[in-house]
Amino acid sequence: MSFSVMLEQLSSGMVKSLGIFVLTLVFSLPLGLLVAFGRMSKNRLLQNIIKVYISVLRGTPLMLQLLVVYFGPYYLFGMRIGGTYRFLAIIIGFSLNYAAYFAEIYRSGIESMPVGQYEAATVLGYNKIQCFFRIIFPQVVKRILPAVTNEVITLVKDTSLSFSLAYAEMFTIAKQIAAAQTTFMPFVVAAIFYYVFNLVVAVTMEKIEKKLSYYQ
Amino acid sequence: MNLLEMNHIRKHFDGLEVIQDISLSVGEGEILSIIGPSGSGKSTMLRCATMLEKIDAGEVLYMGERAACVTEDGRQIYPKGEEAKQIRSYFGLVFQNFNLFPHYSVMKNITDAPITIQKRKRDEVYEEARSLLKKMGLEDKENAYPCQLSGGQCQRVAIARALALNPRILFFDEPTSALDPELTGEVLKVIRSLADLQIAMVIVTHEMAFARSISDRVIFMDKGVVALEGKPDAVFDSDNGRIREFLGKIAER
Ligand SMILES: Nc1ncnc2c1ncn2[C@@H]1O[C@H](COP(=O)(O)OP(=O)(O)OP(=O)(O)O)[C@@H](O)[C@H]1O
Ligand SMILES: [Mg+2]
Repeated sequence: MSFSVMLEQLSSGMVKSLGIFVLTLVFSLPLGLLVAFGRMSKNRLLQNIIKVYISVLRGTPLMLQLLVVYFGPYYLFGMRIGGTYRFLAIIIGFSLNYAAYFAEIYRSGIESMPVGQYEAATVLGYNKIQCFFRIIFPQVVKRILPAVTNEVITLVKDTSLSFSLAYAEMFTIAKQIAAAQTTFMPFVVAAIFYYVFNLVVAVTMEKIEKKLSYYQ
Repeated sequence: MNLLEMNHIRKHFDGLEVIQDISLSVGEGEILSIIGPSGSGKSTMLRCATMLEKIDAGEVLYMGERAACVTEDGRQIYPKGEEAKQIRSYFGLVFQNFNLFPHYSVMKNITDAPITIQKRKRDEVYEEARSLLKKMGLEDKENAYPCQLSGGQCQRVAIARALALNPRILFFDEPTSALDPELTGEVLKVIRSLADLQIAMVIVTHEMAFARSISDRVIFMDKGVVALEGKPDAVFDSDNGRIREFLGKIAER
């Protein structure tokens, strides 16, 4: 296999990794906020359910969770798996897992907000929703950005766990080529891919951080 | 009819009676100062009046409309939705530590509530905000962010923000206590200039000379009750033991 063919195959895997990455963020960031609300809810039952959810998802390996999401429906309901469900299972698994982490980050940010901000907004006539989305949330975003950056960088690397469901993202392909051709090269290329990917992520996040540094 | 009526208010925090059956009223355009030692319940009283704190007994009325009420059998009744919004529009509150929104510019701090909550026209609100800023001596700061301002400037923005909603009554909770002494004067001057706007003001303050000169009426609170109430001269020159002791301690500082 020529180097260029290998690159081509890895690149197609890279696009799939990127897909997992983007879709996971698209779903887990809003879901995480909902989970955080549940975690901070006055409803004790909901609060405890969410506590268990967060604890289980953070306390067990993501790879195991992916396997459960993928094979669970088959063992439980005899559902036919494979085909498009493979990709769906990956997105569901990643989103549920990352939502748990993001929820705790949101919560720490929301709880760090001074109560005076809520009080000022309330007296000015903002209702709860306006107060949250206009006053509190933008400030929370700024506060949690470094923690979010950490998770996002981890996510880039975690996409490789999809190999456990034999989904043809970059790492899975790298492994296949390496095994078939008995060469170490695909791993080196994959490493460079992941690294550059993360470099872009880091630079982007830094840009956002800078953009939000107009106030303290 | 009084602008604000607070009747037989009680408030306790885990067993501690912080407000013990206080009644108080404020007329249209009246300036009332509340003085008293630390922990006497002044802030709590303002927080009850502005619906930031729930009362345990009594009722709060703005223009005869019920803002808070506790029934005989201890049920707390608070208005909801549009009714609550209407009542909130009657008053404004200036905090000791300003509580400006740090992510909003000075202009946005002032105009966001009138535009998003009162649904007023942007141009009109901006124009009004500019004239308020001018009144506050901050006409060159509309694009600044709170973190770029001094404490005194922040407090003046906070006052402008409250005024932009055209309240009938403005509450101040120690508006100069977080400021360096040299910045106190500029804020007091601004508050003084509001006296002819026909907005009623309730001012909790430790600035005795200021309270004496600006107020129509002064209330001296001590340990959760109104210990003395009357015209400024009558209160400050009273030979009541508690106020003499309080004023003595303030003078020593
Ligand atoms: N949220 C709260 N929980 C428990 N106790 C409180 C709370 N808020 C106030 N208190 C108590 O109520 C009492 C009155 O407090 P308040 O803040 O009204 O006093 P103040 O007259 O404003 O004093 P200062 O001049 O120091 O501001 C104090 O003993 C205070 O510790
Ligand atoms: Mg106080």
